[in-house]
Amino acid sequence: MNTSKINIQDLKLWYGTEQALHGINLAIADKKITAFIGPSGCGKSTLLRCMNRMNDHISSCRIEGEVTLDDKNIYAPDVDVVQLRTHVGMVFQKPNPFPKSIYENIAYAPSIHGIAKKGVEMDELVETALKKASLWTEVKDKLHQSGTALSGGQQQRLCIARTIAIKPDVILMDEPCSALDPIASAKIEELMDELKSEFTIIIVTHSMQQAARVSDNTAFFYMGNLIEFGETSSLFSQPQQQQTEDYITGRFG
Amino acid sequence: MVNSILILSLMSVISGFFILQHVKKKSLNSRWHSLPAYYAWFAVLWMVVPALCLFFFSSVLHLLHLYDVGASFLIPSTILLTLWGTWRGLKQINPELKARESVEKVIRVSLVLAASISILTTIGIVLAIIFEAMQFFHIVSVWEFITGTHWAPDDATDGNTQGMFGSIPVFAGTFMITIIAMCVAVPIGILSAVYMSEYASEKVRNTAKPALEILAGVPTVVYGFFAAITVSPLVVKFADAVGLHADYTNALTPGIVMGIMIIPFISSLSDDVIRAVPRSLRDASLALGTTMSETIVRIVLPAALPGIIAACLLGISRALGETMIVVMAAGLRPNLTWNPLEGMTTVTVRIVDALTGDQAFDSPETLSAFGLGLVLLIITLMLNVLSIYVIRRFRSQYE
Amino acid sequence: MSKQVLANMKTNKRLRKRYRKEKLFKGSAIFALSLAAAFLVFFFYNIINQGYSALVQAQILVDVQYNEASHKSYRKAIDKSYRKIVSRGWLRTLPIYMEDHPEVMNTVRNEWVVATADVDQYLKGKSNRLKDKQKRQIDKLQEEGKVKLSFNSNFFTNGDSKMAELAGIKSALVGSIYVLIVTLLVALPIGVMTAIYLEEFAPDNRLTQVIEVNINNLAAIPSILFGLLGLAIFINFFGVPRSSALVGGLTLALMTLPVIIITTRAALRAVPHTIREAAYGLGASKWQTVWHHTLPLALPGILTGSIIGLAQAMGETAPLLIIGMMAYIPDTPTGFTEVATVLPAQIFTWAGESIRAYEERTAAAILVLLSLLLSMNSLAVWLRKRFETRW
Repeated sequence: MNTSKINIQDLKLWYGTEQALHGINLAIADKKITAFIGPSGCGKSTLLRCMNRMNDHISSCRIEGEVTLDDKNIYAPDVDVVQLRTHVGMVFQKPNPFPKSIYENIAYAPSIHGIAKKGVEMDELVETALKKASLWTEVKDKLHQSGTALSGGQQQRLCIARTIAIKPDVILMDEPCSALDPIASAKIEELMDELKSEFTIIIVTHSMQQAARVSDNTAFFYMGNLIEFGETSSLFSQPQQQQTEDYITGRFG
Repeated sequence: MVNSILILSLMSVISGFFILQHVKKKSLNSRWHSLPAYYAWFAVLWMVVPALCLFFFSSVLHLLHLYDVGASFLIPSTILLTLWGTWRGLKQINPELKARESVEKVIRVSLVLAASISILTTIGIVLAIIFEAMQFFHIVSVWEFITGTHWAPDDATDGNTQGMFGSIPVFAGTFMITIIAMCVAVPIGILSAVYMSEYASEKVRNTAKPALEILAGVPTVVYGFFAAITVSPLVVKFADAVGLHADYTNALTPGIVMGIMIIPFISSLSDDVIRAVPRSLRDASLALGTTMSETIVRIVLPAALPGIIAACLLGISRALGETMIVVMAAGLRPNLTWNPLEGMTTVTVRIVDALTGDQAFDSPETLSAFGLGLVLLIITLMLNVLSIYVIRRFRSQYE
Repeated sequence: MSKQVLANMKTNKRLRKRYRKEKLFKGSAIFALSLAAAFLVFFFYNIINQGYSALVQAQILVDVQYNEASHKSYRKAIDKSYRKIVSRGWLRTLPIYMEDHPEVMNTVRNEWVVATADVDQYLKGKSNRLKDKQKRQIDKLQEEGKVKLSFNSNFFTNGDSKMAELAGIKSALVGSIYVLIVTLLVALPIGVMTAIYLEEFAPDNRLTQVIEVNINNLAAIPSILFGLLGLAIFINFFGVPRSSALVGGLTLALMTLPVIIITTRAALRAVPHTIREAAYGLGASKWQTVWHHTLPLALPGILTGSIIGLAQAMGETAPLLIIGMMAYIPDTPTGFTEVATVLPAQIFTWAGESIRAYEERTAAAILVLLSLLLSMNSLAVWLRKRFETRW
């Protein structure tokens, strides 16, 4: 593995008294797609949400350990969570465009962060983001229609465009295709492949086929533990652990 | 009359009980269509219903002053009908009779009748008010009522009502007090709702929300007392301190107190709609690196806006129709002014004043209450329909 | 690059400004809620502060002469010097007392008797109309232990009175109970039946929709308009006696109806469909299902809603003013068609009295009303908690 973008060291997480993550150690490679797989409740989404500190909003949640982004611990007291999230974007399981126009959906965050000024500059930013998310040709004539009127796959790509617009380093994707039909999923997968030249992508997925298709590295989680981590091709062809093999061959999960 | 009714009903109950037992026993041991109890009820219904119908019709006739059915006719005929009904009912009972279906039909019809009473009430209110208001507008022209700026029903006599019934000052007072109330209730209500739903822990919310709802359960007469005895002197003192003059019965006092009363309506409803905004929208916004307040102001509140508007509309209609606070603290003087420190009167105050005096029921002053009531009814119904429409659109968006 | 930015986060100017805004917004939200809470606290403090003193009442120890002379002219029963400080309303009751208790005749008894409202207010340190001479007299009596403040049982056992020291809430309380009984008897069956029809039987047709819209509208109509309805329909058209508990109860029943209907429907809707389907599956008819299964399960919810509706009706004043239930009624009503008043209306009439002694009684009556309402609502909450079934 080459240079790592995110380093997770001995990360433990509790919801109340229930421990959800048991000392995770993981290095995420820069400009690569890393997939998290595992059965439901194994902690893969929880771990993903640790990386942009979305768990901060759950009051019962307690965290120990370190997550470093470019060698800077994101849980250090001098780190600002708002700023952090402009570096680590997130795409959610269910497409969740704001009930605003397509244009406003994308311009919303850049205008708050002062990335672009209103007017031509913003127009260009919106266009670039939509183009990168391969949505431009479909929506360029209806930028001022509501984002919620798009189809599910288009909505998810809009959410990706919205995230790209704030120019993050890392994009976290929490089962981005689970609510979509196969054709829309295929489009998102294609898109991910294009995006990895610019962004580090981490994707949580239920589908092993999807992990095998899109990712460079794969991590398998079970019961809050990282069981196995390695290059996708080798993990799927020669799993080192019995549990991994059971899972990918469909014996449980 | 009352005694004979009592005796009759007692007799029916006793005989009904025996019939129940009798029919139950008879239908117990063979293969009948329905359960025994249904045959019993079938018989009892036959016994009671015809007599009740007669009773009902004769009382309707009596009330409409069409025909007075004397007790000397009514009592024997009721007894006869009861006996006839009992005989008919018992005669019909046999294994093939679908007693359950008949009994359930009667139940169904009575349910429908009960449901119609709510309609009758609304129609009753509308008709009663329109009918009396028509009489009022017979005496006073609608145009004068709407555009006149002088309200002095005390000076009106049966012959002369010219220029006495201009309702503008009355409505001006109503709207002034309503606006003051909303200025208090809307910001406090919405911000409280925002705090409870977005910032506060579950524990704080679970104490704050019911505590605020206590404010909504306090009878309005208590607020009226509070306004008149406590708030009004405070307002006068405060006005004095800043060099202004305030009447003891001013528009500001009932406005503020009414605002306090309406806070829980707005905060509770707004809290509900804010919480109905999907979590995923908040997550999406926060994940883009926005602060809580940016998310609330730019994403959550716009999404919840229809519901919040509906809450405010309901609050306005409350404030317009509120009576006790203004009766006790706003004063009686119809006064067309922009100064909330002066006494003003409202629609509801004038209604109460007109109907608690000693005037004859068809005097112009009494009737004017119905004219005012009609306008109040129309406004509140419109507000209500509008808020239902708005909230329905909100629901369809997220369900 | 990002290492740089992450380290510099706290110095970023734009971000500092955004955080200031965040603080301001959160601060104002907290302020709003605290303001509302402060209103609540101040309001209750204020009412309790004004009302608690009415729980005690000044009494004076005097010699009361029970004889023929005082039977003829009750003023003669006590010494002349006491006539300005002993309640005249109490003196007035003496002749009747003597007739009822002949054994006291021709005796002189040293008794605690009710003082005037002014003495009462003086002892409580409130404004009064006593002359200096009388104040000195009271001070002296106080030194001798012949004046005391004791529990004000009159307040709970008397009806309204023109003498503030004798005025009580009994007649209003009884009137309220009569009114509530009528309201309950009318609104509960009709409300529950309407709800059952709408929830379980009604086909989705025009009529049903009209009824639903109607119920919503009925709930939003200002209460005073129900008073107009009561006046025009019940009193003028049906000839129900004015100011009676019957007309008050009927009017309030129509107001309570939507509350009961809405809560009953919610309770019925909360019963899961599977239970109905199970009953149908066993061959029960629609009505049997409702009567044997749905209704018993929804009962706690229906009770809760009815109690809340009744509590609302109990605090209502405006429509009752319109139908004349604000008259001066010293006697406790004994029937549904008699002239009656209710607690909130009593509060309203006392609040309008110019004599200061009524003020604390008004506040005390409010305390009684509020504690009744609070206990009704607590009962409703308790019922819901106790019998709630979670599906």
